[in-house]
Amino acid sequence: MPPLLFYLLAAITLGFGLMVVTARNPVSSALALASCFVGLAALFVSLDAYFIGTIQILVYAGAVMVLFLFIIMLLDIKAEEGKQPNLAAIVSGIVVAVLLVTQIMTVVSHTKLAEKSLQNTPLALVEAASKAEGAAKLPTIANDLKAGTLPDAKLIGFTLFNQYGFHIQVVGLLLLVGTVGVVVLSKREKTSGGAA
Amino acid sequence: MITLGHYLVVSGMLFALGLAGVIARRNILIIYMCLEMMLSAANLALVGFSRFHLVNGLPDYTAQSLVFFTITVAAAEVAVGLAIIVALFRTKQSVETEAITKLQG
Repeated sequence: MPPLLFYLLAAITLGFGLMVVTARNPVSSALALASCFVGLAALFVSLDAYFIGTIQILVYAGAVMVLFLFIIMLLDIKAEEGKQPNLAAIVSGIVVAVLLVTQIMTVVSHTKLAEKSLQNTPLALVEAASKAEGAAKLPTIANDLKAGTLPDAKLIGFTLFNQYGFHIQVVGLLLLVGTVGVVVLSKREKTSGGAA
Repeated sequence: MITLGHYLVVSGMLFALGLAGVIARRNILIIYMCLEMMLSAANLALVGFSRFHLVNGLPDYTAQSLVFFTITVAAAEVAVGLAIIVALFRTKQSVETEAITKLQG
């Protein structure tokens, strides 16, 4: 990937991220967050994680942000106007953020691992066709690898259902519990004292 | 040349932005959006590590499975959290953190 593209995508992600934090109106905050997630999904794609990039757009930029906008408009929240911003909180927020970024930059500049680039760690697709565990068990993965394409979704699916079958079921149960919890939480209580 | 370090710094900056938002803002909905941003920043670091840790010439798909689970849990968390915010708005008629002082006694 050309370096210019990376900087452009990083600027989109961080710029809209900054807008989320600074915007006065929650609706513009939510729209900025959606754009930020699209930029992030592009960064995922640049890291050869096509499936993760796709579900980032589907789940975050699609479902989650629609839910946020829906709630903001349902509650009819106005922009904070005329209110004095909490100066102490803002200053401490900026200080903590700057300290954290400085620390991460120091750590990254001192580790050899961070020097790996997309050029000096290329994917070896054709060799992986004979070596990878998924390719040995599923011929469709091996065929894709031999053809020189990365069967990203197939490999993630293989890892998930081969190694993490139980975890998938736990996450499914979590989603069910979440759905039931939301229904219970949003139920109106009929009378005072009468538990729902 | 774009290295793993670049991705990690972008991820760290996005996380710090979210953290600053959680500390500085007082609208609960915006605090919640900043939390989502921090989760996504952690995902970017995970995907970066996955791409640069090759297993048999392929990215490490264990990390990407973890990202998959994180996104699923985040989606469930958003649904429950927004339901709590709606319930809070019904009793307080506000989404500002100053309005919620019941536990102060």
